[in-house]
Amino acid sequence: MNRDRVAAIAGVAESDLGVVGPDRTQLQLQAQAAKLALEDAGLTLKDVDAVFCTGDAYTWSHPLTIAEYLGITPRFTDGTNIGGSSFDSHVGHAVTAIAAGLCEVALISYGSTQRSQRNRSLGRAGDIRLPQQFEAIWGLPTPVGAYALAARRHMHQYGTTPEQLAEVAVATRKWATLNPKAYYREPITIADVLASPYIADPLHLLDCCLVTDGGGAVVVVSAERARSLPKPPVWVLGHGESHTHLTIANMPDLTVTPAAQSGPRAMAMAGVTHSDLDVVEIYDSFTITVLLTLESLGFCGPGESGAFVSAQRTAPGGEFPMNTNGGGLSYCHPGMYGIFLLIEATRQLRGECAERQVEGARLALVNGTGGVLSSTATLVLGRD
Amino acid sequence: MAENPRPRPHVDSDTRPFWEGTRAGELRLQRCRHCARVIFYPRSLCPECMSDDIEWFVASGKGSIHSFVVVHRAPPGFQDHVPYVVALVNLVEGPRMMSRITGADPTSVEVGQSVTVVFESLDEEITLPLFRQS
Repeated sequence: MNRDRVAAIAGVAESDLGVVGPDRTQLQLQAQAAKLALEDAGLTLKDVDAVFCTGDAYTWSHPLTIAEYLGITPRFTDGTNIGGSSFDSHVGHAVTAIAAGLCEVALISYGSTQRSQRNRSLGRAGDIRLPQQFEAIWGLPTPVGAYALAARRHMHQYGTTPEQLAEVAVATRKWATLNPKAYYREPITIADVLASPYIADPLHLLDCCLVTDGGGAVVVVSAERARSLPKPPVWVLGHGESHTHLTIANMPDLTVTPAAQSGPRAMAMAGVTHSDLDVVEIYDSFTITVLLTLESLGFCGPGESGAFVSAQRTAPGGEFPMNTNGGGLSYCHPGMYGIFLLIEATRQLRGECAERQVEGARLALVNGTGGVLSSTATLVLGRD
Repeated sequence: MAENPRPRPHVDSDTRPFWEGTRAGELRLQRCRHCARVIFYPRSLCPECMSDDIEWFVASGKGSIHSFVVVHRAPPGFQDHVPYVVALVNLVEGPRMMSRITGADPTSVEVGQSVTVVFESLDEEITLPLFRQS
């Protein structure tokens, strides 16, 4: 089933990224990104009739909070929170709502000041309720420890090496050197990754995403609207989502993410195959996330991802351009990264990426991963 | 430790038999009387067949290491203990549970090793099921 150009991404933007300082709020970053994304689309807040966001620890209802702050009275609202992939799932939900005639202009937004507020922690103290009482009590640093469990299992099953994981970090950093907005822009080597301290062995510091501030916004509009706007539409050709667990002990197979379900659905809906895709933006919370996702999406077979990314295959100039903004590993990672995958894929398809532009990119795949390899949302995006 | 207490399970009516079991030196699991599925973590409905006819039994306490990490950057309450091993253990009865491997040099731990439960008191109410190489 082809999604048949029901809706398109019409505007994208980041807020200030990196370290914004303790005096800025997550609402400011969200508002800044929303304004820039709407301007990018040639629209205003008055055009927005649907609000999509996840929520944070400070607002009991983030959709109500962000809609009031921005002065929006939506006729469609979605506060789905399935972790960092939420925003990628929001795109599918927005397209579905637009197809049903429930809204025309959807604003998806996110903002976080976790870096400046220093409120990121590797775990919780005190009483742990509900299922986490069996998981958050052992001293496993979260979420990195869960991803390290998956990495160890993949190494055990398939002989995947620390060097192969490091290939991802090194290639992604090369892309970051080409992105003026990236947090880290100095090249690194495989030896640097292996020499960086262990956080949760087998994952080193440089296998892990950044902890930054930042916000982003994406505007999804109906096909009719899209055709009337100044920039070329980036069509949502296919979407899929799934989640298999909350706690890592309940992940059915530590080496297979829900992308094994969301990916084929999205690609079937778009009517595309792997070889049709020009550029791929995959959530890189950790290097292992990328390897598991490549296999789960079917870019290579089970256990083959280490070889797949070797010899800097995903770096600029490589056969398989991936995470072209520098990723969560080197560009920005404000707690939830999924919205930035959309921003970069859209810019690549519009040809706006200057030095890091993938020549002639027409079809992109986005795959967000949330929680502890818990949820995924896959999108196939394309230009006319 | 008082300023930075370790996380502890908040016992509820689903999980009380489990935590009473560990305090009594038993690893108790649930089994669905309808489809015989062994269930962990404890819950009120069988996730396989939707039956709410669920019984408790005492498990063997034996299993094998499915995967593990050696923690070097610890969350609050654990910083004084690095490096230590957190593992996923495949219990012989079927379920997989997270725990720590105790009494082992972290470099001696391997995927596939056999382990046996041991119990360690956390406080008056809670006794944790840890695992030791066997």
